[in-house]
Amino acid sequence: MAIDYKGPVEYSIELAIEKICELLKAGYFISKRSVALLLLQDDEEIKEMARKSEGEAINKIEEVVKEAKSHFANPITYELALERQLEVKSIIEKAVKIKKEAIGASERLSQLTMNPITGIPILLFVLYWGLYKFVGQFGAGTVVDFLEGTLFEKYLNPFFIKIVTHIIPWRILQELFVGEYGVITLGIRYAVALILPIVTFFFIVFSIIEDTGYLPRLAMLIDRIFKKIGLSGRAVIPMVLGFGCATMATMVTRTLPTKRERIIATMLLSLAVPCSAQMGVILALLGGNPKAMLIWAGIVGLIFLFVGYLTSKILPGERPSFYMEVPPLRMPNVSNVITKTFARVKWYFIEILPLFLLASIFIWLGMLLHMFDFIVGLLKKPVELIGLPPEASTAFLFGFFRRDYGAAGLYDLNKHGLLNGVQLVVSCVALTLFLPCIAQFLMNIKERGWKTGLGISIFILLFSFGVAYSVNFILTKLGVIL
Amino acid sequence: MMLTDRGEEILEALWGEIIEKKNQACDASVLKDDESIKNLTELDYIEIKNNHIKLTSLGKEEAKNCVRRHRLAERLFVDVLDIKKRLVHEASCKFEHLLHKGLDENVCILLGHPRTCPHGRPIPEGDCCKDAKRIPKKLIMLLSELEPGKKATISHLETQDQAMLQKIIAIGALPGADIKLIQKFPSYVFQIGKSQFAVDKELASCIYVRVV
Repeated sequence: MAIDYKGPVEYSIELAIEKICELLKAGYFISKRSVALLLLQDDEEIKEMARKSEGEAINKIEEVVKEAKSHFANPITYELALERQLEVKSIIEKAVKIKKEAIGASERLSQLTMNPITGIPILLFVLYWGLYKFVGQFGAGTVVDFLEGTLFEKYLNPFFIKIVTHIIPWRILQELFVGEYGVITLGIRYAVALILPIVTFFFIVFSIIEDTGYLPRLAMLIDRIFKKIGLSGRAVIPMVLGFGCATMATMVTRTLPTKRERIIATMLLSLAVPCSAQMGVILALLGGNPKAMLIWAGIVGLIFLFVGYLTSKILPGERPSFYMEVPPLRMPNVSNVITKTFARVKWYFIEILPLFLLASIFIWLGMLLHMFDFIVGLLKKPVELIGLPPEASTAFLFGFFRRDYGAAGLYDLNKHGLLNGVQLVVSCVALTLFLPCIAQFLMNIKERGWKTGLGISIFILLFSFGVAYSVNFILTKLGVIL
Repeated sequence: MMLTDRGEEILEALWGEIIEKKNQACDASVLKDDESIKNLTELDYIEIKNNHIKLTSLGKEEAKNCVRRHRLAERLFVDVLDIKKRLVHEASCKFEHLLHKGLDENVCILLGHPRTCPHGRPIPEGDCCKDAKRIPKKLIMLLSELEPGKKATISHLETQDQAMLQKIIAIGALPGADIKLIQKFPSYVFQIGKSQFAVDKELASCIYVRVV
């Protein structure tokens, strides 16, 4: 539908459109009228196209645009929007009847979620029940215990060990499949029994929250704080998603409007947002020790804000601005939740399973060639510097293949009683901040480019070590016993 | 002795050159023998040294008021009387001289203490603008000044930032639309038609509303 734009008596937008249409010679994928309208609105993309394809005539066209602009006090975009709105209004008046509705229960609940006095307790309630209780304790606790402890350790592992040792006579190849770090006994076990349930439970919660329309409300609650770290409320979606899988969340940073926001978000996701797999293991490690958990959360939270604040000060660019539609609150739709959860888990699992298997093979190769002994040896010194037993260096090395892999390694270490309270906090802090897993490292480079991606990773390597060292130093000097 | 219309125009030009563009002084050679320059010197508004004009502190105050009147007149023409840009400057040049003593304040209050003229140049603050920050009782005000729960009609938008304008248009917060402010903290939430939007303070400060 074409609107007849009016404008002032002595000069109308239609006249300008007509003049430009006459001057336009090249072919575009849209009508000449649309091109003219976009040119009048200073659309950079169309301007660039016209400059390339119109040759000499572009000067005349630009003159018409300039002439048109001089007749209006406001930008032409604004004038056009006003006229369109008038048109829309007249259509609506003719075609739509609006019933007056009383403020319903859903509107009242909506206002409660947006008022900080009631909204923050609601947020904490959602985090506690959704993330801590459901994902943390039930998903990462009960379900993982059953899958790992019962299903794999009791039935599947012995079964596969029996079969493999029966079929393959060579000890080296047996190790590849069913050894301490075997493809089946470690790779598939971690992927299926540890990561899969945690991620599934996380995505169930995320899909429910998403389907109710709660996320924009969370965004508006947190906007002021996020502005301090150079982000806007909009960034809350990749950040929350980061608690599920930071790799996926880094991909979602594409939805942020400026490059500056995307870099800050990528940095924070890589550094200070623990993914669900890590969270699961960290909750398991620190679960019995509330004081240690509090210190860990405090340090990671502070670093999130501090590094965000610092990055926003250093990076040039304009301040982000925040605007978002707040949809009405709805009851989540079960089939929506199931479809979304299934699609996400499937995507995630297809992404990570090969990486787990590959990591197992690398570790096997490394063991075989005694390469890991060498690297683990190199890592021993820095690991000792941050006050951890030398065995922890294995967990850190594997941590590079996947952060959660490393976290799980620490879990094993703790099971054997090798870590005290302070060491637990230090190692959890280090692993949370530590270099992103190989998948996220690749995603950083893919999304942010070589220079930025690599820069972020190197910064994180040095920074996480520095923080772990300081935390250990301070806690030890203060004589804190956890 | 009275300040002439021409004298006011010169003061405005000097304000632009010296205060806004931050030049030390202005070259006086073009205006050397102008009647108004003598007049301004006698009124102790300007000093001429080595062919350079400087504003005295008295002159700065007077120049500020002249500029304020001119730009307020422009706002009045564009926002209220709907005169198109080409004619605005000319009309304002005549009108500003009528806006003396207190009249400019009335116009300023009517317009809701605008901060820039339609060309995007700042309007110097008057006493009424300072008062207005304390007493928010007026016809036209910023959306960010509206009380939560109140309804209003959007009167106009004020931003020179094209990107910001695009966002406001996308929301549909255009002049004439009815708007209800739901809350102000931690973000501004308002309703237009059946849709609710959350925006930050910067965006809410571009939208002027008329209270119903």
